Amino acid sequence: MSDLIFNVDHITLRFGGVVSLNDVTLHQNRGEILAVIGPNGAGKTSLFNSLTGVYQPQEGSITFTGKDAKPLSVIGKKPHRVSNAGVARTFQASRMFSALTTFENIKIGAESHRGIGVVGAMLRSPATRRDERDSDERTKALLDFVGLRAKANVISSSLSYGDRRRLEIARGLATGPQVLLLDEPAAGTNPSEKLELTTLIRKVRDEMGVSILLIEHDMKLVMSLAERLYVLNFGSVIAQGTPEEIRANDKVIEAYLGSTATETGDRS
Amino acid sequence: MKALWDNIWTRRLISSLAAMAILAVVTGPPGSNLTPLAGFTGSFAERVSFFGLFKGQRWMVFFVFALVMFAIWWTWVSYGEQIKGALSKTLAAPQAATRRRPVRWGIAIVLIVVAALLPHVVTDPFWQAAMVEQIGVFVLLALGLNVVVGFAGLLDLGFVAFYAVGAYATAWVTGALPLPFLFGGRLDTFWAIPFALALVMLAGILLGTPTLRLRGDYLAIVTLGFGEIVTIFLNNLNGITGGAAGSGKIPYFSLNVGVVKYHWGLGPVPYYYLTLGFVVLFLIVFSLLEHSRVGRAWTAIREDEVAAESVGINPLKYKVMAFAIGAASAGFAGVMTAGQSLYIFPATFTLQLSINILVLVIFGGMGSIMGVLIGAIVIQTASMYLIHTPPAGYQPADLYIYLGALLVVMMIFRPAGLVPSRRRRREIGLAESGEGHMNEVLTGDTP
Amino acid sequence: MANLLHYFASHLATLRLEFWSLLVGGFATGVMYAMVAIGYTMVYGVLRLINFAHSEVFMSGGFASYFMMRALIGTSTPSGTWSVVLVIIGVLTGGVAGAAIAMLLERIAYRPLRRRNAPKLAYLISAIGASYFLYNLAGKEFGRINESMPSPYINHTVFTIFGAPVQLYYIVIFVVGVIMLITLDRLVATTKLGRSVRAAAQDAETASLMGVNIDRTIVLTFVIGGALAGAAGFLWGLGFTGVGFYMGFTPALKAFTAAVLGGIGNLRGAAIGGLLLGVVESFSVAFVPASYIDVIAFGILVLVLLFRPTGILGERLGRSA
Repeated sequence: MSDLIFNVDHITLRFGGVVSLNDVTLHQNRGEILAVIGPNGAGKTSLFNSLTGVYQPQEGSITFTGKDAKPLSVIGKKPHRVSNAGVARTFQASRMFSALTTFENIKIGAESHRGIGVVGAMLRSPATRRDERDSDERTKALLDFVGLRAKANVISSSLSYGDRRRLEIARGLATGPQVLLLDEPAAGTNPSEKLELTTLIRKVRDEMGVSILLIEHDMKLVMSLAERLYVLNFGSVIAQGTPEEIRANDKVIEAYLGSTATETGDRS
Repeated sequence: MKALWDNIWTRRLISSLAAMAILAVVTGPPGSNLTPLAGFTGSFAERVSFFGLFKGQRWMVFFVFALVMFAIWWTWVSYGEQIKGALSKTLAAPQAATRRRPVRWGIAIVLIVVAALLPHVVTDPFWQAAMVEQIGVFVLLALGLNVVVGFAGLLDLGFVAFYAVGAYATAWVTGALPLPFLFGGRLDTFWAIPFALALVMLAGILLGTPTLRLRGDYLAIVTLGFGEIVTIFLNNLNGITGGAAGSGKIPYFSLNVGVVKYHWGLGPVPYYYLTLGFVVLFLIVFSLLEHSRVGRAWTAIREDEVAAESVGINPLKYKVMAFAIGAASAGFAGVMTAGQSLYIFPATFTLQLSINILVLVIFGGMGSIMGVLIGAIVIQTASMYLIHTPPAGYQPADLYIYLGALLVVMMIFRPAGLVPSRRRRREIGLAESGEGHMNEVLTGDTP
Repeated sequence: MANLLHYFASHLATLRLEFWSLLVGGFATGVMYAMVAIGYTMVYGVLRLINFAHSEVFMSGGFASYFMMRALIGTSTPSGTWSVVLVIIGVLTGGVAGAAIAMLLERIAYRPLRRRNAPKLAYLISAIGASYFLYNLAGKEFGRINESMPSPYINHTVFTIFGAPVQLYYIVIFVVGVIMLITLDRLVATTKLGRSVRAAAQDAETASLMGVNIDRTIVLTFVIGGALAGAAGFLWGLGFTGVGFYMGFTPALKAFTAAVLGGIGNLRGAAIGGLLLGVVESFSVAFVPASYIDVIAFGILVLVLLFRPTGILGERLGRSA
C-alpha cells in the first residue's frame, strides 16, 4: 500500500462536445517529484485546473490526501477549499497581485488560511497583532528561502520573469501546502534562471517535504528533475514511467518528441 | 483647409470651445417643454455682469473662458513635464513627512480639533444644519461605499437601500412605523443603533450572497435594480413603512443608560458632535481594516480573483463581508438622519442619491480613505453653497448635471481620484499598460 | 391557504377573460423593449461593456420626435396619408436624434478611455456619469414633468382578435418595430458593414489586422443601436406616459433585462427576450398590483443572471443571430 497524495481515477472532462481529458488516471506518491508532459493542447493545464477545483470533470474521481488528514474528494470543491486542504499552484502566465509588493504578495498567501477575524482586524486586537507578526515572520523566511529578500519591497509587476516564478512559488508555499503544482515554471526564463529554478524546486521537496507536480515543455529540465512522468496526448495518458523508460518509449517519441523538432525549443 | 483640420491644436481649440459651450448651457437659464430652445439661447444671449468688471452677453464671457482653457492646455502640453517635475520636487519633502507616523498623528489631532471647533466658528444656522445632514451624513455614506467600491472593487449602484434600511429600522424601534412595537414599547433612538446595525448588515448579507457571484458589470445593474425595488416597496407597503407619506414622528435622539442621560434637541450642534464621533470612529476602523489581512485579501480579489482563490481566499465570503461592512456605515447614516430629521420619506432614498454618493467616492479617490473624506466634504460643501446662494437660473436638481459631468471628467483625466490611493493608482496604470487581470475579473473574459 | 387559492382562482379568471388583450398589449411593449435591447446587445458584442447611458439615447429620441410632432401637428387632428407621413417623420426624427446622441456618447464618454486602454470599471462609471448628466440636462432644458405627445393619428380600435380590441397605436408599434428589426437583421447578416461588426465582435484585434476599421465599426454599432432606441423613444412617447426627462430609466433597465434574457450579444435573442418580457409583464398585471409591476422585471433580471447568465439562446458574440 503506497502513500498516495493524489489519486486521479479515470477522469473525463468535456467542454460542450470537446473532450479535453479522456479517462485519465494518475497517481502521485507522497514526496515525489512528478511531471506531466505532452504537446500543446494535450490537456495538461486542464488537468491542473481539475486538480485545483477550477474545472469539474464530468466522470471519475480525484482524491487528495493530506498528511494525517481525511482524504478530500476534489471534484465539486471550490478552488479555495482545495487550496485550504493543502494544494498550492502557480500559473502558466504568472498571475501575481501586480500592484502589490513582493512581500505583500507572499503575506497574502501566508495569512489566507486563518479565519477572517474581521472584528479583530477592525479593533486591531492583540490576537490580530500576533497573527500579523507571525505572518510577517513566515513571509520573511520564505523570501529568504526563494532568494527574494532583497526585492521584498519591489512592486511585483516590475520583477523579472524568473523572479515572478520564485514569487509565485513562495506565495504557494506560504499557504503551507502538501503538494505544489507548477504550471510551466521555466516559461520565459533564461538558462541561468532555469538552472536556479531547478535547484529551488528540488530544495522545496527536500527541505520542506512538499511533493511537486509539474507541467513543463522544457525536456531537459523535466528529465533532470522528475522522478516519474506521465505523457498526455489528445487528453489521454499514453505513457508513464521513469525518465529512462519514457525516453525509450516509441509511442512517446512518435506523439511528442517526434512532433516537436527540438527537445527544448517549443515555447507556447 | 485639411491641413488646418489635421492640426491637433485646431482640434484642441474646437474642444475648448465645445467644453465651454457645454459649461455655458449647464450654468445657463432653464427652459421648458414649451420653450425648448429658451435655455440654450439664454445661455449664450443673456446679459451678465462679470464681477462688475465687464458687462455683456454670456457668450463673450465663455468665449474668453475657452481661450483661457486653450492657453492653459497649450501651457500644460508644452511645459507640463517641467511643472510636474518642479511640483513633485517641492512636494517631495512634505509628502515624505506625511508618511511618518508622528506627523500623521499630529495632522489627525489638528484636524479633529479644527472639526470640533467648527460649529463655534460657523454660526450660520443653515451651515450648522448642513454640516450634520448634508456633510457629516454623506461622509459616513461615502466611507461605507468606499469599502465596497474602493476596497473590494464592487460597483454598487443601490447603496442607498442600506441607508434606507438604517433609517426605517430606527423608525421601527422608536415606534414611528405602523408596525407593532419591537421591544415591548417605544425605545430611545440611541437603542436603534445596535438594532439598525444588525438589520442593515443582515440586509447586506442577504442581498450580497446571491448577487455577488455575478461579475462586475452585471453586479452594477442588479444592485441598481435592487435599489429601485427597495424604493418601490417603501412607497407601497403602507402597512409597514407608512407608504409614500413616510414614517410617523421619530423622537429626537436621546441616550438614557443608568446615570448617563442626554437629550439631543432641535439644534444641530449636538448632532454635529455625534456625527463627528461616528465619522472619527469609522475613519479609524476602516483604516485599520484596509491595512489588515482583510484589506489585503480584498486587494487580491480585486486584482486577480483566480489567483486569490488559488491561495485559499474565498472571494464570495470577502465580497459579502465588504457589502455588510459598507452597509453598516450606511446604516449609521440612516440612524443619524432618522434621529435628527424626525420624519423619513421614501422619496429621500433615490437612485439619484446612490449616484451622488458614488461621485463622492470617485472624486476623492476609490480606495483612499483620506481622499473620500476630502472628496465628500468638498463636493457636499459646494452643493450646499449652491443651495445657500444659488446663482441666477440655478435649480436644485441642476446639481446632478454637474455631478454626472464630474464622473465623466474624472474617468477621462484622473480615474484614481483627487487624492489617489497608491495601490489603486498603480492598478489603473498596470491595467492600462495591459498587465494584471482586473478586466478579466470584471467582465468574466477569463479564457 | 384557502384564501390564497381563492386569490389565484379569481386572478386566473381575470387572466382568461383578458388573455388576448393582455397578449396584444404585451407584444406591443415587447417590441419596444426589443428595439432598445438591440443597442445594449450590439455594444456589448463589440466592446464587452454595458452602455449604461443607452436609456438617455432612448429619451433623446422621445424628446426630439416630441418637438417635431408639436411643430408639425400643433392643435390639429391629422388623419389619412398625412398620419402615415407624420409617423414616418416621427420615427426618423427619433432615430436620427438617438443615433446622434449615441455617437456623441461614444466620442466623449468612451473613446478617450478606449485610447488609454482603461480598466472596465472606468467605462461603467463614465457611462453612469454620462447618463446622469444627460437626463438631468434634459430636465433642466425641457422641464421636469412628463408631456403627452401630440398624436399623429386618431387612436381607435381597428379590429378585434377573440374579442380583444387592437388599437391603431399597437399596429403602428408592430409595423415600425418589425420593419426596423428585420432590416437590422438583414443588414448585419448580409452587408459588408454587418460583417465588420461581426468580425469586431468576435475578435477585435484580428479584425483590425484583417483591415476592419475598428473605430468606425464601434461608431456604427452605437449609431445603429442608437437609431433603434431613438425610434423606440418616439413610439413609447406616443403612449399614455408621454415624454419626460426620466422616461428612459425604467424601460431601458427592462430592455437590458430583455437583452440578458435572450443572451447578451445575440441580436435575435434580444428581440425574442424583449417580446417575452413584454408579454410576461403584461400577464403579471393579472396577479400583482400595478405598482409592483417593475419588481417583476427586475426579479426576472436577477434570476436570469443568477441561474442562466447566458440567456435563452445563449451568448453568441459576433454572430448574426
